[in-house]
Amino acid sequence: MSALNIKQGSTSHSAYNLRASYTETSERHTLAVIVVNAPGVLARVIGLFAGRGYNIESLTVAEIDHAGHRSRITIVTSGTPQVIEQIKAQLGRIVAVHEVHDLTVEGRAVERELGLFKVEGTGEQRIESLRLAEIFRARVVDSTLNSFIYEMTGTPDKLDAFAELMRPLGLSNIARTGVAALLRGPGAASK
Amino acid sequence: MAREMTGAQMVVQALKDQGVDVVFGYPGGAVLPIYDEIFQQNDIRHILVRHEQAAVHMAEGYARSTGKVGVVIVTSGPGATNAVTGLTDALMDSIPVLVLSGQVPTFMIGSDGFQEADTVGITRPCTKENWLVRDTDQLAPTIHEAFHVATTGRPGPVLIDIPKDVQFATGLYQEREAHRSSYSRPTAPDPDAIEALVDLIEQAERPVFYTGGGIINSGPEASAALRDLVQATNFPVTSSLLGLGAYPASDRHWLGMLGMHGLYEANMAMHDCDLMINIGARFDDRITGRIDAFSPGSRKVHVDIDPSSINKVIHVDIGIIADAGLALKAIMAAWTRRGRRTKAEAVVAWWRQIDEWRAVNCLAYRQSTTTIKPQYALQRLEALTKDRDRYITTEVGQHQMWAAQFLHFEEPNRLMTSGGLGTMGYGFPSSIGVQIAHPDALVINIAGEASFLMNMQELGTVSQFHLPVKQFILNNERLGMVRQWQELLHGSRYSQSWSEALPDFVMLAETFGLKGIRCSDPAELDDAIMEMLDHPGGVVFDCLVERHENCFPMIPSGKPHNEMLLGDASTEGAIKADGAVMV
Ligand SMILES: Cc1cc2nc3c(=O)[nH]c(=O)nc-3n(C[C@H](O)[C@H](O)[C@H](O)COP(=O)(O)OP(=O)(O)OC[C@H]3O[C@@H](n4cnc5c(N)ncnc54)[C@H](O)[C@@H]3O)c2cc1C
Ligand SMILES: Cc1ncc(C[n+]2csc(CCOP(=O)(O)OP(=O)(O)O)c2C)c(N)n1
Repeated sequence: MSALNIKQGSTSHSAYNLRASYTETSERHTLAVIVVNAPGVLARVIGLFAGRGYNIESLTVAEIDHAGHRSRITIVTSGTPQVIEQIKAQLGRIVAVHEVHDLTVEGRAVERELGLFKVEGTGEQRIESLRLAEIFRARVVDSTLNSFIYEMTGTPDKLDAFAELMRPLGLSNIARTGVAALLRGPGAASK
Repeated sequence: MAREMTGAQMVVQALKDQGVDVVFGYPGGAVLPIYDEIFQQNDIRHILVRHEQAAVHMAEGYARSTGKVGVVIVTSGPGATNAVTGLTDALMDSIPVLVLSGQVPTFMIGSDGFQEADTVGITRPCTKENWLVRDTDQLAPTIHEAFHVATTGRPGPVLIDIPKDVQFATGLYQEREAHRSSYSRPTAPDPDAIEALVDLIEQAERPVFYTGGGIINSGPEASAALRDLVQATNFPVTSSLLGLGAYPASDRHWLGMLGMHGLYEANMAMHDCDLMINIGARFDDRITGRIDAFSPGSRKVHVDIDPSSINKVIHVDIGIIADAGLALKAIMAAWTRRGRRTKAEAVVAWWRQIDEWRAVNCLAYRQSTTTIKPQYALQRLEALTKDRDRYITTEVGQHQMWAAQFLHFEEPNRLMTSGGLGTMGYGFPSSIGVQIAHPDALVINIAGEASFLMNMQELGTVSQFHLPVKQFILNNERLGMVRQWQELLHGSRYSQSWSEALPDFVMLAETFGLKGIRCSDPAELDDAIMEMLDHPGGVVFDCLVERHENCFPMIPSGKPHNEMLLGDASTEGAIKADGAVMV
């Protein structure tokens, strides 16, 4: 039977028990959605999340195959297992969607995000921010006498932690790209 | 060999190549080039509507009664926005419809031009897919793709927005045969899942088939396969509103419709069964009632072509992603290969239980000799029309539910009704679309007076095209279904549910050159119905019925199936406030 038929936790045989065996706790999943690169497709994907009340924690999109007109949308979402199943099935219904991959269940994925952090300050604070940036392997990509812009790539958690530390040191602006993710190891190109 | 032609010519050519012989539409500035081409040919008939919403409902009726795609042409701006209700209706009920809308020229898009609207933006959530064509060369491939998408997998409405300059410009026409689509969806069932289902069929003691619109979408072969399987297994069968006709109502295995206003025996069988086999139905909330009390003791199998329908509302034990017809045949083949075993004795005992429920006679109502009861009107209509080549459409409300209860459908594609969206104003135009598709058939729209008013401008269309379509209005001078809920849930405070200032429907028909008939006496009803049937042209039948009749059985929102209300006496205090928040 295909993976879609075998539901997580569907171990017993009545609606009551099946419901109970689905956990009600929210999980975070990273989805890779391969779509036709055409106008309106991103709007349809976003509209689906808005219209059906699903969460989007982060969303990135870019063309990955110019000749084949394909784009990859990486969506980080959260919901109960049942909601996550619905999100994947609903994405799969969209005519312009070629593939939907749940990187959280299909294997271990590398997740990376790029962030730009503007930190303003002088004196001791400025030096302290520079020292911390070094520990986080953030690069200085712009500097003036009273500001830096740091560039950092890492997991979303790492970017969060960096921002938290920079806040008291004069963090004034953040720009983040959202998550890009790929499954580890060899495998289908689209994953 | 590509032919050069204008975009407008391509539209007409592509429609012809797709086998379209009729379109429903309304002209305007942004589609004039297409209308000019329509004028210059005779292969495609154009039905001029009176409102674009009605055009889409006509296309739905046409599509549902033929299995073909219904095609609509509207102008930009208000023409397109008027189509939105019809598109949403078609999306909810999985009806293949193609709307072609005009758009301002490409160089004006985004400038708030005259009659410009973001049509693809507005219709994105209410179409299966839509396209804005900016290049005449892309027009023919897009139209061919639209037909493919509308009919592949779970059917649905699609829209193509065509700027006026694209209609004027010339380009190369791509033939239908040359079109390659990348859109496909699996339709064959997983053999392992079928075997697992056959295991359950062999073990079941209290089985029931719960069927739906998916069988009708799948085509007549699926209905035939269902008949074979039901009769061979001796299992009972019930259906949603949208699946009526897939199984013949005259057969003894038929339990009647299930759900909120479904039959007692159907709902009790669903509640107490130990095996539920859902084929092409989507566990709509009109069916399930309170989710956590829905059929608590059963194993559930769900066959559906759309993976998102499976486990959306009810968790099932086996989900089979497949076309209903292919799945039914595969079940029959596997079950036959394994020796066609069932627990026959247990099933016979189950039938005895079902017969007890049937004996409750849940559709009983208090007859009257002075006023026409709506149920009686439909019983008489059924008796006088059942042997004819008959198609029924309905509006939305009590009359719709009574039609589902009291009219019997022997074949698929014979009932056209707005189920998912519940669109008042659907039935009249839909009946026109059906009549266009089946010119010699008897087409009757069962209407409430309030619903009828929502698209009554189409009397002009009936008149213009000499359509013999019959409007059978159960006139209770109330927004009956709303009034019933107010009586049961809101202390009989009838807020805004009176149909005030009604027209004289007989005179209304006559001003459009149609026949009007009024009847208010049960003793005269048969003659009046015969007069309607014998009249060769369009008829508006104003049937004045009991004003405050309630539609039973009824499962109040938020209640389980075994807590049905069967008649007025059982309603006292039965509906609790927590159910009142549900629609
Ligand atoms: C006032 C009112 C009262 C109502 N009361 C009731 C009621 O009492 N009882 C009732 O039943 N309904 C009632 N309805 C209708 C109800 O709202 C739903 O529209 C209806 O129950 C849905 O029918 P369905 O489950 O067959 O689904 P449909 O909407 O017909 O969906 C069909 C399902 O089949 C699938 N499918 C499509 N094509 C195929 C294929 N080829 N093969 C396999 N699967 C396919 C689709 O993916 C979908 O899941 C009422 C509506 C109104 C307006
Ligand atoms: C367009 C639209 N508006 C409102 C409703 C809500 N509604 C459902 S049934 C109903 C009353 C229908 O009255 P009528 O057509 O006279 O039929 P009856 O219930 O009296 O048989 C209303 C207002 C609806 N379904 N559709």
